[in-house]
Amino acid sequence: MRHNPPPREPTLDRPLELPRFLPAGTGALVVEFGARVDESTSEAVLALDRAVTAAGIEGVIELVPTYRSLLVHFDPAVIRAAALRRRLETLVAHPEAAPREERLWTIPVCYGGACGEDLEAVATLHKLDPQEVVAIHAASDFRVYMIGFAPGFAYLGGLDPRLHTSRRVEPRLRTPARSVSIGGAQSALNPPFELPSGWHLLGQTPVHLWDPRREGDATIGPSLLLPGDRVRLSPVGPEEYRDLCARADAGDPVAQLQIQPRTAEETPA
Amino acid sequence: MSANDTPGLRLVEAGLGTSLQDLGRRHFQRFGISESGALDAPALRLANALLGNEPGTAALEITLSGPVIDIEAERVRLALVGADFPVTLNGQALRCGRSFEAQRGDRLVIGLARQGARAYLAVAGGFAAAPTLGSLSTHSRSRLGGLDGGYLKAGDRLALTPGAAGEGPQLALPALPAPEAAKLRVVLGPQDDFFTDQGIETFLSARYQVSPRADRMGYQVEGPAIAHAKGFNIVSDGIVNGSIQVPGNGQPIVLLADRQTTGGYPKIATVIEADLPILAQLRPGESLGFTAVTADEAEEIVLEARAAQAAREAALVEVGAARRPPAIRALLSADLTAGLARV
Repeated sequence: MRHNPPPREPTLDRPLELPRFLPAGTGALVVEFGARVDESTSEAVLALDRAVTAAGIEGVIELVPTYRSLLVHFDPAVIRAAALRRRLETLVAHPEAAPREERLWTIPVCYGGACGEDLEAVATLHKLDPQEVVAIHAASDFRVYMIGFAPGFAYLGGLDPRLHTSRRVEPRLRTPARSVSIGGAQSALNPPFELPSGWHLLGQTPVHLWDPRREGDATIGPSLLLPGDRVRLSPVGPEEYRDLCARADAGDPVAQLQIQPRTAEETPA
Repeated sequence: MSANDTPGLRLVEAGLGTSLQDLGRRHFQRFGISESGALDAPALRLANALLGNEPGTAALEITLSGPVIDIEAERVRLALVGADFPVTLNGQALRCGRSFEAQRGDRLVIGLARQGARAYLAVAGGFAAAPTLGSLSTHSRSRLGGLDGGYLKAGDRLALTPGAAGEGPQLALPALPAPEAAKLRVVLGPQDDFFTDQGIETFLSARYQVSPRADRMGYQVEGPAIAHAKGFNIVSDGIVNGSIQVPGNGQPIVLLADRQTTGGYPKIATVIEADLPILAQLRPGESLGFTAVTADEAEEIVLEARAAQAAREAALVEVGAARRPPAIRALLSADLTAGLARV
């Protein structure tokens, strides 16, 4: 089936890139805002995520915001796809204003050595010292684009172009818990368990990206990070890393949270 | 599980892949939590219907090779629905698709599946275990749900919900329609534009074989390679139950309940909800094909299939109040079921 062209909305008073509505079988619709990793696409996805949540549409089961699309799971016995699509089109045309504030996290990372077995190889590849790779990575202004793949696993955009690195030809079936890695133009923070990965391992973070003990906590939920959050990384040595791990395992978030005015350029008026 | 819990079942042998599953863990995919849940949801629902349970009560999902179970509860009603497994209680053969009663000291042996791959062993009242994020479904890769997040192993004990074992009618399912040749209906997209017309034609006309890499996360199938039109990397987006992704080797992978929540391979199509149970019962080496329906058609098909399922759950047949297998045989030989649906 070929996709219908997006509908035109003559009443809009400002230019708006209209998304594509794509079926994902029965019971799910993809609202796709583009095919790029960029902040404005992500902002459009998150604005619709907020709007659909606020609208409380009967029959909508859950929403999965990604880099460039919102996946809407629904029950076709309660709302048919055609009716849902009309509701979503209306919400796209009237996006929810973004919050005035955003969350900035400072997350400790132990780079290299036993924590990051690919640091040397990445440095060699880019003709840099390992310490330069650490400095560049830690100085990047990261934004959380998506939580996916595994519980609390955070996809970060904003990697300095000097560290853009093709994925490994042979993915590893197991990578260490808590890994901090890079792949392509992205970086990732792993939850505290082993996962398969084709990305390059630069370090590890003591922080539990996923911790079910935080269920019900109003400030920090089980998933530490949420799409739209800002992240800065703070290098720590192996000893401090071990101490922080012990504290994190005992339930301390060991990540610093600041609430700050939004820095996104796309903040709606 | 503490010694204070209501005694229930003890696994003497666990079987090849036995896990607690209900209808899945919803509302948390946005945090990377896989949905999980029974691969053959209609079979789980029927097993529960036979016991008067809520349709989504967690049961044991049994895969290809079944467990050996010692009954430690005073008395328990059970039902096994799904693939055709040989079942004995104290050495006496039982039939799948009907409820039966067992008592302390009985041994239940579920053998190797003769046809199909998965069946659901439910107990009246359900198992007493603490849900994680609203569900008992096991997701072994992230160690969520079940007893300790993993597949069940020999020695595990499953407690029963206190006070729920009680009396109840003995019920059987009306005969199910014979399984059809596996031709799974799909809705093309969301990334069918990543494939050549020839690639789509290959996908819809070729026969594929279930590979040995077929588990709760997904079924890798093997057959003619599907041609990509513009590479095989997409900007990662969400994945649903039945999404068919095609990585660089052109061999499709149908993603199922334990799938990761997001992925970066283009998805040529999605198996419709009504046909996922067919896939759940296919074994490595068996063949399947794909046929396209429109999204509108698929919605009609799925709503009809759900109505048929509800009718099946309501059309259970009482086969007497017998407690023990010998009495079941006595009832059947007396033909007390004459006049009711054939079972």
